[in-house]
Amino acid sequence: MAVTFTLNGKSTTVDVDPQMPLLWVLRDTLDMTGTKFGCGMALCGACTVHINGEAARSCITPVSSVSGKKVTTIEGLSSDASHPVQRAWMEEDVPQCGYCQSGQIMSAVALLNKTPKPTDAQIDDAMSGNICRCGTYQRIRKAIHRAASLQAAK
Amino acid sequence: MADRFALDRRDFLKTGVTAGAALLIGFHLDARPDDPAQEQEKPVVNPFNAWVRVTPDNRVTLILDKSEMGQGIMTALPMILADELCVDWKQVGILQAPTNPKIYDHGTGGSGSVSGSWLRMRQAGAAAREMLITAAATQWNVNRDTCVAQNGGILHGARKNFLTYGQLVPAASQLPVPNLKTVPLKNSNDFTIVGHDVHRVDAKEKATGKAKFGIDSRVDGMQYAVIARCPVFGGKVKSFDAAKAKQVAGVRDVFSIDAVGKGAFTAGGVVVLADHSWAAMQGREALKIDWEEGPTVGESTESLQKLFRENAAKPGRVVRSEGDADAALAGAGKKVEVVYEFPFAPHATMEPMNCTVHIQKDRAEAWVPTQAPQWAQDIIAKVSGLPPESVVVNTTLMGGGFGRRYQADFVMEAAQVAKVTGKPVMVLWTREDDMQHDFYRPASYHKLQGAIASDGKIAAWKHFQTSTSIDAMWGEKGLESPENSEFGTAAFIPYQTPNFRVEYTLAQSNVPRAWWRSVEHSTSGFVVESFADELATLAGADPYEFRLAMIGGDRAIPDFGNPKEGKPLQTARQKAVLKLAAEKAGWGTPLPKGTARGIASYFSFESYTACVAEVSIKDRAVKVNRLVYAVDCGRPINPNGVRAQVESAAIYGLSAMLYDAITIKAGRVEQTNFHEYNVPRIADTPLTEVYVVNSTEAPTGIGEPGLPVVAAAVCNALHALTGKRFRRLPIRSEDLA
Repeated sequence: MAVTFTLNGKSTTVDVDPQMPLLWVLRDTLDMTGTKFGCGMALCGACTVHINGEAARSCITPVSSVSGKKVTTIEGLSSDASHPVQRAWMEEDVPQCGYCQSGQIMSAVALLNKTPKPTDAQIDDAMSGNICRCGTYQRIRKAIHRAASLQAAK
Repeated sequence: MADRFALDRRDFLKTGVTAGAALLIGFHLDARPDDPAQEQEKPVVNPFNAWVRVTPDNRVTLILDKSEMGQGIMTALPMILADELCVDWKQVGILQAPTNPKIYDHGTGGSGSVSGSWLRMRQAGAAAREMLITAAATQWNVNRDTCVAQNGGILHGARKNFLTYGQLVPAASQLPVPNLKTVPLKNSNDFTIVGHDVHRVDAKEKATGKAKFGIDSRVDGMQYAVIARCPVFGGKVKSFDAAKAKQVAGVRDVFSIDAVGKGAFTAGGVVVLADHSWAAMQGREALKIDWEEGPTVGESTESLQKLFRENAAKPGRVVRSEGDADAALAGAGKKVEVVYEFPFAPHATMEPMNCTVHIQKDRAEAWVPTQAPQWAQDIIAKVSGLPPESVVVNTTLMGGGFGRRYQADFVMEAAQVAKVTGKPVMVLWTREDDMQHDFYRPASYHKLQGAIASDGKIAAWKHFQTSTSIDAMWGEKGLESPENSEFGTAAFIPYQTPNFRVEYTLAQSNVPRAWWRSVEHSTSGFVVESFADELATLAGADPYEFRLAMIGGDRAIPDFGNPKEGKPLQTARQKAVLKLAAEKAGWGTPLPKGTARGIASYFSFESYTACVAEVSIKDRAVKVNRLVYAVDCGRPINPNGVRAQVESAAIYGLSAMLYDAITIKAGRVEQTNFHEYNVPRIADTPLTEVYVVNSTEAPTGIGEPGLPVVAAAVCNALHALTGKRFRRLPIRSEDLA
């Protein structure tokens, strides 16, 4: 079945099983591997993308459900790491293995879009669905505060 | 900032220059004992072949032979090379080395990459620099002593001549390679990169989704496979019905592969091959498999705990004995006997296991997220029947390693599948596969007995352990060597006692075990540092002052399990980190009500760590508010990276203490995914401060040493808060009530 949606600003049509999770459509059909597979059950957040601006777990999102919607992935934030959250991530040296960081960044961007100056508690709450086994959480907190300042200064 | 850029591997090999000298030297290798590269002696190679490439426009590419799994080795090793080479860090790019045991030491583990590469990176950089100087001096017809290397070029001061490395490399690379043993190394005062905070070279690609992990490998015509493995360890496929699986759109084939024992430890199973990952997973759901569950289907956590208790009721094999601990304990007035227990622990890397292999008639190529590329090459060569030099292994980034990716089970499976299909294929594990077919940190049971003499000193320390040994599974003859794989520093504690005894009894288990971040130290550190705290309480002493007093004077304590090669524990350095952590944490100063401090200090991977934890209890759960670390890992290469590794190890250690255990029932793992094996989240993260000793000693490990102290420091703080001891990890909420 053909499903059409807007992916990082471009109209995209895929002809796949409508039940196929968006994650696998991105990764295997479209070869956009920035969005990661971690658990397949919306438990770890590695697959986080934005659907109509809201953070969503692509591993449990049937592709048919994004028909006509706007999907943004890590590749859609910026092509040159110029997004304030990406800049903050680099300046704080957040990534270690880096595998979860696409999802962490997408969750952080969604948080800052709604809450431009989050407190630690708001950060902890918004980021609680994203696991990092390297334990980069302290730097994630710092980077989100830094990104908030960078955005405010724009 | 340096960054990474990809160069074509074949191009790299083609343009490399052949080695000039043939002097043979032995490298000290930090690889695991199973690494086939370990025993090989390496010829001296031309550094412009092995380590350094310079383009005419003076872009410098440094070659990395260790695997990046988050520990920052892709930044640290090139920093060392770049410093000796005298290049501007901004002009440096990094390229992953091809698999070649004649030149490289690929095995990445044991927190040994920096310590094992420090000298060879310096020598390689210095050799290249000296060759460049000679080339410039020859071209200018001046004495080479009047030429200096700086900023990626050679300067002749008097004539104000400057030639870039890009201009000099064609001539320099043809010169004889200097003797690496005598090549002049930089004075450490002249380091411009080593010892300075440097940003990670891989941060940008990891912040943009462009970083390629193993799972991101994409090859023309590739297929995806998942494998149904017997949930019971040691079980086999009796029969299977693939009819429904083959009806799933996108599924191309279903077939079985055999289990492979020693050397890979794969489960075998039924392979579902498909056009994409999702179809393969759906196909596997539709399989009907009759398993032959095998002889160990009766194993369970309960049966193992029963075995532990039975073993603990009898004396164990004596690993070490000084004085007469039993007699001292029998005659002691102040004594304590306690038991510490640990379950199996999974690695749970964020990127599930995967491996992509393409076996053709005359060559094979693989894309492997691995800590052991050499082992991967050997396995694919064996399975394919090709000579190893016809097998190209591309070492990809790893979405976490922690020791799990020192295994080659997933490589073996992918090679077996690729051998059948003849097409490029990725074998992909799901989270459930990953959690249920890991090589777990051993489960163990420790009985500690100690006594305090009338003068407040430790009169006896006796440590009995029974565990599902790692070496019993991996060792040459299947014999356990607990002094190495199960005790570590617990067999050469820094605390003085006239009566010290260590005993061990193997507990048989069919659950696969292997190296988990900090290996035996993850449990030994907890046991030693919890028990030291218990003895401080028994002695009526402050836990910090007690540790300093019991360590006593400055001396070197040999590594009991590895006296020849292991560095001894220097008590002066141990005391220094204890003092630094206590000072920075404000040990002894008042805290808010409901909060308490605990301390722990430990030696592992030749590095010294101390940690002070501040904890409280909130909603019947442990809340770690602050961790103050002091670490001495010799000369820090990238202090920013050192701090990151300690922050990371703290969270990994808290994971095995705060949350879930891997439990066994009917011969299989009960937990399947993160809802059953929870791990720390951002809200669990304490404010973590890491103070790095500015040492000038040779660098030692840092990927793991932050881990062994954290649970002990937290539990010791909980004791200070509640008066209760926590000796069984992970802590259960009922233990806190």
